[in-house]
Amino acid sequence: MIKILLFARLQEQVGKSELHVQYSGQTVGELKGMLQQKYDFLLDNVMVAVNEEYAFDEEKLSENDVVAFIPPVSGG
Amino acid sequence: MMNQLFEIVREPIEPNKVMEKVMRREAGAVTTFIGTVREFTKGKRTLKLEYDAYDKMAVKMLEKIGKEIEEKWGDVKVAITHRIGMLDILDIAVVIAVSTPHRRDAYEANEYAIERIKQIVPIWKKEFWEDGEQWIGDQLETIPYPDGKPQKEGEKND
Repeated sequence: MIKILLFARLQEQVGKSELHVQYSGQTVGELKGMLQQKYDFLLDNVMVAVNEEYAFDEEKLSENDVVAFIPPVSGG
Repeated sequence: MMNQLFEIVREPIEPNKVMEKVMRREAGAVTTFIGTVREFTKGKRTLKLEYDAYDKMAVKMLEKIGKEIEEKWGDVKVAITHRIGMLDILDIAVVIAVSTPHRRDAYEANEYAIERIKQIVPIWKKEFWEDGEQWIGDQLETIPYPDGKPQKEGEKND
Protein backbone atom coordinates (compact mmCIF):
# COMPACT_ATOMS: atom_id res chain seq x y z
CA MET A 1 0.00 0.00 0.00
CA ILE A 2 0.96 3.59 -0.53
CA LYS A 3 -0.15 6.22 1.94
CA ILE A 4 -1.17 9.55 0.46
CA LEU A 5 -1.29 12.70 2.56
CA LEU A 6 -3.42 15.67 1.57
CA PHE A 7 -3.22 19.21 2.87
CA ALA A 8 -4.98 22.56 2.68
CA ARG A 9 -7.35 22.90 -0.28
CA LEU A 10 -6.73 19.34 -1.52
CA GLN A 11 -7.71 17.96 1.86
CA GLU A 12 -10.95 19.95 1.81
CA GLN A 13 -11.68 18.97 -1.74
CA VAL A 14 -11.43 15.24 -1.00
CA GLY A 15 -12.78 15.48 2.53
CA LYS A 16 -9.95 13.32 3.89
CA SER A 17 -6.40 13.90 5.05
CA GLU A 18 -5.19 10.43 4.04
CA LEU A 19 -5.82 8.01 1.24
CA HIS A 20 -4.46 4.53 0.71
CA VAL A 21 -3.89 3.01 -2.68
CA GLN A 22 -2.63 -0.35 -3.79
CA TYR A 23 1.01 -0.37 -4.74
CA SER A 24 1.63 -1.57 -8.26
CA GLY A 25 4.94 -0.11 -9.32
CA GLN A 26 3.67 3.37 -10.15
CA THR A 27 5.75 6.45 -10.59
CA VAL A 28 4.85 9.71 -8.89
CA GLY A 29 3.45 10.99 -12.18
CA GLU A 30 1.26 7.93 -12.69
CA LEU A 31 -0.13 8.22 -9.19
CA LYS A 32 -0.90 11.88 -9.86
CA GLY A 33 -2.77 10.98 -13.02
CA MET A 34 -4.75 8.31 -11.23
CA LEU A 35 -5.84 10.64 -8.45
CA GLN A 36 -6.59 13.40 -10.86
CA GLN A 37 -9.04 11.13 -12.64
CA LYS A 38 -10.59 9.71 -9.52
CA TYR A 39 -10.97 12.89 -7.49
CA ASP A 40 -10.87 15.60 -10.12
CA PHE A 41 -7.83 17.06 -8.39
CA LEU A 42 -6.43 20.32 -9.55
CA LEU A 43 -2.74 19.47 -9.41
CA ASP A 44 -1.34 22.57 -11.10
CA ASN A 45 1.51 23.92 -9.03
CA VAL A 46 1.21 21.05 -6.58
CA MET A 47 4.51 19.57 -5.48
CA VAL A 48 4.91 15.97 -4.39
CA ALA A 49 7.04 14.71 -1.55
CA VAL A 50 7.92 11.06 -1.15
CA ASN A 51 8.88 10.14 2.40
CA GLU A 52 9.30 13.83 3.26
CA GLU A 53 11.55 14.75 0.36
CA TYR A 54 10.41 16.66 -2.73
CA ALA A 55 10.24 14.31 -5.70
CA PHE A 56 9.95 14.36 -9.48
CA ASP A 57 7.17 12.80 -11.53
CA GLU A 58 9.63 10.19 -12.82
CA GLU A 59 10.45 8.83 -9.38
CA LYS A 60 9.34 5.24 -8.91
CA LEU A 61 7.34 4.52 -5.80
CA SER A 62 7.89 1.60 -3.46
CA GLU A 63 5.63 -0.37 -1.17
CA ASN A 64 4.82 1.60 2.03
CA ASP A 65 5.94 4.93 0.64
CA VAL A 66 4.28 8.02 2.06
CA VAL A 67 3.38 10.41 -0.72
CA ALA A 68 2.35 13.95 0.19
CA PHE A 69 0.64 16.34 -2.19
CA ILE A 70 1.83 19.81 -1.37
CA PRO A 71 -0.10 22.78 -2.72
CA PRO A 72 1.85 26.05 -2.95
CA VAL A 73 2.98 26.81 0.58
CA SER A 74 2.10 29.95 2.51
CA GLY A 75 3.88 29.84 5.84
CA GLY A 76 5.65 32.71 7.57
CA MET B 1 11.52 19.19 23.23
CA MET B 2 13.04 22.26 24.82
CA ASN B 3 16.29 22.36 22.92
CA GLN B 4 15.10 21.83 19.39
CA LEU B 5 16.33 24.61 17.13
CA PHE B 6 13.60 24.04 14.57
CA GLU B 7 10.05 23.53 15.75
CA ILE B 8 6.42 23.50 14.73
CA VAL B 9 4.23 24.28 17.75
CA ARG B 10 0.57 24.70 18.53
CA GLU B 11 0.93 27.02 21.52
CA PRO B 12 1.84 30.73 21.56
CA ILE B 13 5.51 31.37 20.82
CA GLU B 14 7.71 33.18 23.32
CA PRO B 15 10.25 35.09 21.21
CA ASN B 16 12.79 35.30 24.02
CA LYS B 17 12.96 31.55 24.27
CA VAL B 18 13.76 31.27 20.57
CA MET B 19 16.36 34.02 20.86
CA GLU B 20 18.02 32.37 23.83
CA LYS B 21 18.65 29.26 21.76
CA VAL B 22 21.11 31.13 19.54
CA MET B 23 22.86 33.27 22.17
CA ARG B 24 26.53 32.34 22.47
CA ARG B 25 29.83 33.89 23.41
CA GLU B 26 31.14 34.01 19.84
CA ALA B 27 28.21 36.11 18.64
CA GLY B 28 28.04 39.88 18.85
CA ALA B 29 24.79 40.17 16.95
CA VAL B 30 21.41 38.52 17.30
CA THR B 31 18.54 39.36 14.96
CA THR B 32 15.03 38.20 15.76
CA PHE B 33 12.30 38.28 13.16
CA ILE B 34 8.74 38.08 14.45
CA GLY B 35 6.00 37.38 11.94
CA THR B 36 2.54 38.37 13.19
CA VAL B 37 -1.01 38.05 11.90
CA ARG B 38 -1.90 41.21 9.99
CA GLU B 39 -5.42 42.59 10.06
CA PHE B 40 -5.52 44.34 6.69
CA THR B 41 -4.10 43.07 3.40
CA LYS B 42 -4.65 45.44 0.49
CA GLY B 43 -7.64 46.93 2.29
CA LYS B 44 -9.28 43.60 3.03
CA ARG B 45 -9.90 42.79 6.65
CA THR B 46 -8.69 39.45 8.00
CA LEU B 47 -10.61 38.12 11.01
CA LYS B 48 -8.25 35.27 11.87
CA LEU B 49 -5.90 32.77 10.27
CA GLU B 50 -5.56 29.04 10.41
CA TYR B 51 -2.18 27.45 9.75
CA ASP B 52 -1.75 23.81 8.87
CA ALA B 53 1.51 21.97 8.33
CA TYR B 54 3.00 18.68 7.29
CA ASP B 55 4.75 18.73 10.64
CA LYS B 56 7.48 16.18 10.13
CA MET B 57 8.51 17.45 6.75
CA ALA B 58 8.17 21.07 7.84
CA VAL B 59 10.72 20.49 10.60
CA LYS B 60 13.01 18.78 8.10
CA MET B 61 12.75 21.72 5.72
CA LEU B 62 13.43 24.20 8.53
CA GLU B 63 16.55 22.18 9.35
CA LYS B 64 17.52 22.32 5.69
CA ILE B 65 17.20 26.11 5.73
CA GLY B 66 19.45 26.13 8.79
CA LYS B 67 22.03 24.10 6.90
CA GLU B 68 21.84 26.36 3.87
CA ILE B 69 22.47 29.35 6.11
CA GLU B 70 25.48 27.65 7.70
CA GLU B 71 26.88 26.97 4.24
CA LYS B 72 26.38 30.57 3.14
CA TRP B 73 27.34 32.46 6.27
CA GLY B 74 29.59 30.06 8.15
CA ASP B 75 29.73 31.06 11.78
CA VAL B 76 26.02 31.33 12.42
CA LYS B 77 23.40 29.81 14.68
CA VAL B 78 19.75 29.71 13.68
CA ALA B 79 16.55 28.82 15.51
CA ILE B 80 13.09 28.90 13.97
CA THR B 81 9.70 28.24 15.58
CA HIS B 82 6.50 28.33 13.55
CA ARG B 83 3.08 28.12 15.17
CA ILE B 84 0.13 26.36 13.56
CA GLY B 85 -3.58 26.14 14.38
CA MET B 86 -5.99 29.06 14.80
CA LEU B 87 -4.35 32.45 15.22
CA ASP B 88 -5.89 35.84 15.95
CA ILE B 89 -4.79 39.24 14.70
CA LEU B 90 -1.46 40.21 16.33
CA ASP B 91 -0.63 36.63 17.30
CA ILE B 92 2.90 35.56 16.52
CA ALA B 93 3.07 33.02 13.70
CA VAL B 94 6.82 32.65 13.35
CA VAL B 95 10.00 33.62 15.16
CA ILE B 96 13.42 33.39 13.54
CA ALA B 97 16.54 34.06 15.61
CA VAL B 98 20.00 34.27 14.10
CA SER B 99 23.30 34.94 15.84
CA THR B 100 26.58 35.81 14.15
CA PRO B 101 29.81 37.53 15.21
CA HIS B 102 28.83 40.73 13.31
CA ARG B 103 25.48 42.35 12.60
CA ARG B 104 25.36 42.41 8.82
CA ASP B 105 25.39 38.63 8.55
CA ALA B 106 22.73 38.32 11.23
CA TYR B 107 20.36 40.61 9.30
CA GLU B 108 21.02 38.98 5.95
CA ALA B 109 20.77 35.40 7.15
CA ASN B 110 17.55 36.19 8.96
CA GLU B 111 15.92 37.61 5.86
CA TYR B 112 17.12 34.62 3.86
CA ALA B 113 15.40 32.32 6.36
CA ILE B 114 11.96 33.90 6.01
CA GLU B 115 12.22 33.96 2.22
CA ARG B 116 13.06 30.26 2.17
CA ILE B 117 10.24 29.44 4.59
CA LYS B 118 7.82 30.93 2.09
CA GLN B 119 9.30 28.74 -0.63
CA ILE B 120 9.93 25.25 0.68
CA VAL B 121 8.38 24.65 4.09
CA PRO B 122 5.07 22.77 3.89
CA ILE B 123 2.93 25.14 5.92
CA TRP B 124 -0.33 26.61 4.67
CA LYS B 125 -2.47 29.44 5.90
CA LYS B 126 -6.17 29.87 5.54
CA GLU B 127 -7.52 33.39 5.63
CA PHE B 128 -10.88 34.06 7.23
CA TRP B 129 -12.54 37.25 6.01
CA GLU B 130 -15.92 38.79 6.77
CA ASP B 131 -17.25 37.34 3.52
CA GLY B 132 -15.52 33.99 3.28
CA GLU B 133 -12.42 31.89 3.75
CA GLN B 134 -9.68 30.51 1.56
CA TRP B 135 -6.45 28.56 1.67
CA ILE B 136 -3.70 30.82 0.39
CA GLY B 137 -1.00 29.53 -1.90
CA ASP B 138 2.20 30.89 -3.32
CA GLN B 139 2.16 34.26 -1.64
CA LEU B 140 5.45 35.02 -3.29
CA GLU B 141 3.55 35.30 -6.54
CA THR B 142 6.66 34.27 -8.37
CA ILE B 143 7.52 30.78 -9.50
CA PRO B 144 5.44 27.97 -8.08
CA TYR B 145 8.30 25.50 -7.93
CA PRO B 146 11.01 26.97 -5.73
CA ASP B 147 14.31 25.26 -5.21
CA GLY B 148 14.40 22.76 -2.46
CA LYS B 149 12.65 20.60 -4.95
CA PRO B 150 15.02 18.95 -7.37
CA GLN B 151 15.53 21.00 -10.51
CA LYS B 152 14.31 19.91 -13.86
CA GLU B 153 16.16 21.05 -16.86
CA GLY B 154 14.67 24.17 -18.31
CA GLU B 155 12.74 24.89 -15.15
CA LYS B 156 13.41 28.42 -14.08
CA ASN B 157 14.08 28.94 -10.51
CA ASP B 158 15.64 31.26 -8.02
